[in-house]
Amino acid sequence: MATGELNPNHYPAQRAAKVVQHYLNTQYGSPFRLFGLHNVQSGNAEDVADSGRKYQLEITVQEIISNTTEKCPAEVLFPRGEQRRSPQVQASCEELLKNTKAQEEALFKQYKMNPSLLSANNIPDSFGHMEPDSRPLWHLGIVASSFVMLNESTENTLYNMAQVANITQLETENEQLKFDCHILLHEMVSQEIIHWKLLFTWSPPEGVKVLQMEQLPHCHEGAKPPNTS
Amino acid sequence: MEKTTWKLGLFLMILSTVSETSNSLVEGLESRLSYDYTKYHPMHEIYRWMEDVERGNPELVSSSVYGRTYEGNNITLLKLGLKNPEVKEKKVIWVDCGIHAREWIAPAFCQWFVKEIVHSYKTNKKLEQMLQNLDVYVTPVINVDGYMFTWKNDSTRLWRKSRSSPPPGSSCYGVDLNRNFNANWGTVGISFDGCANTYCGKSAGSEPEAEAVMGFVGKMVNQTLCFLTIHSAGQLILLPYGHPEISAPNYDELVSVGETAAAEMKKVHGMGYTVGTSPQILYPNSGSSRDWARLIGIPFSYTFELRDKGEFSHLLPEEQIKPACEEAYAGALSIITHVHDKAFNSATLPNAAVSGLSMVILSTIMCVFLTTGVFV
Repeated sequence: MATGELNPNHYPAQRAAKVVQHYLNTQYGSPFRLFGLHNVQSGNAEDVADSGRKYQLEITVQEIISNTTEKCPAEVLFPRGEQRRSPQVQASCEELLKNTKAQEEALFKQYKMNPSLLSANNIPDSFGHMEPDSRPLWHLGIVASSFVMLNESTENTLYNMAQVANITQLETENEQLKFDCHILLHEMVSQEIIHWKLLFTWSPPEGVKVLQMEQLPHCHEGAKPPNTS
Repeated sequence: MEKTTWKLGLFLMILSTVSETSNSLVEGLESRLSYDYTKYHPMHEIYRWMEDVERGNPELVSSSVYGRTYEGNNITLLKLGLKNPEVKEKKVIWVDCGIHAREWIAPAFCQWFVKEIVHSYKTNKKLEQMLQNLDVYVTPVINVDGYMFTWKNDSTRLWRKSRSSPPPGSSCYGVDLNRNFNANWGTVGISFDGCANTYCGKSAGSEPEAEAVMGFVGKMVNQTLCFLTIHSAGQLILLPYGHPEISAPNYDELVSVGETAAAEMKKVHGMGYTVGTSPQILYPNSGSSRDWARLIGIPFSYTFELRDKGEFSHLLPEEQIKPACEEAYAGALSIITHVHDKAFNSATLPNAAVSGLSMVILSTIMCVFLTTGVFV
């Protein structure tokens, strides 16, 4: 395991930095605010006795929708232990938190007032396309996925959301919007596509909150059907 | 009277030559003009496109089927090169795309690459010179079965492997072709589980697609200067080896040439590509085509991982095909130019090559002169 000063272009720093991206999206992500990892400037890793491994990073984060970047310091702790636990992240990227309140409230109102419940599949489609109306749903899918990706990340993984296979709005009685979605994650190291089902809520004041998450056992494409005797 | 008839005959002969050449040029131009290089194409369109490009540019392009996939589909390449009687043995550049089925931008790039060369070699003296010294072998899609499978329906789009039958004891199809080559096979970055996306197959070269490449390139290894294998995603230029404890003998030069290519790529649209070995910047792996090529002695061997860095990953929008291909072309050309100049010691261009048509006219005139003794 790489320890001490890290080469910012090598995978240990890059994987830890990706975790920061997922963290920022869970904290601040919305249909109008999404974070991507732009660059890693520098990194340092050390073993923390009995706790795990701690990465200190200087990274450049990009707010994708406004296409702005900011240099942020961050810390990622990958816990060690019998039971695998999710990484702990501290990051400070305040300048990228542009005011999206008006846009979010407008979208929220539009969805709330829609007589029918929203539903969409394959965002983006095979050609990388999506309808303009599906774009906010794609962003919501990315934010919700980030909770899973943050939870599941280790020093041996690199997660990105590949696609929102399906997203369906559910009825709610309260001031939240509620969605059920089936997302596909791409895990770079194993090159696997992992299916998850998520139940989440969104409102401008509360942001995205995931109520339930469940990994789906994906029956491998084109696997031979079991012999029926 | 005799002189006039003779002149008329010569004029008519030249006219018919021009007409013949321009007919096939127009035909080729039409099909190339109507082919949309900024869209993703299914396999039957790619096969058709290869035929059209060959027919439209016979002086530059020839095709060759050098293997069959598991399901029996042709593995076809286009060979780009100009006849040059002065060069005894042409050197070889190898470019392949689509080892992994879902990486659609890769086959799109191979088609773009061919198109760029076809469109520019007549007006780009350097390119023309290189094509006189080199044959560039381009395989737009290696994993034809897998690529066709990704076009089947929405649920198959993210398939990666080939489509070989499940191994004994497994119910899952396909082998990761880029773990199946004979290069430290089965050691790191692989799985022996038939259901895994990095399943390396039952033995090195067990898969017909990998074997086809090894067989064909193996025969030309002494002439091959450079082996480029195109993938997505991640924006990386990977050099051998995938094993963390093995270094290529020319590591420093591989890095330097790779960095130059990345710099050229960044100039096009500002996109950064990271250069390094797979264990440094991605993950350890074994059995890759890049490693196999370097191991058998091809001095320059690179994996290009094209756009993007995770926003769309393999589902790269069609709007990005043009910019992604433009920067990849700059990178590939940078490496090809370096290996060409190194092999042919050329820093300056030779006298301009005379175009084929004027050669016809000139030799016709000379022929007539020699037979009639009359110089028109």
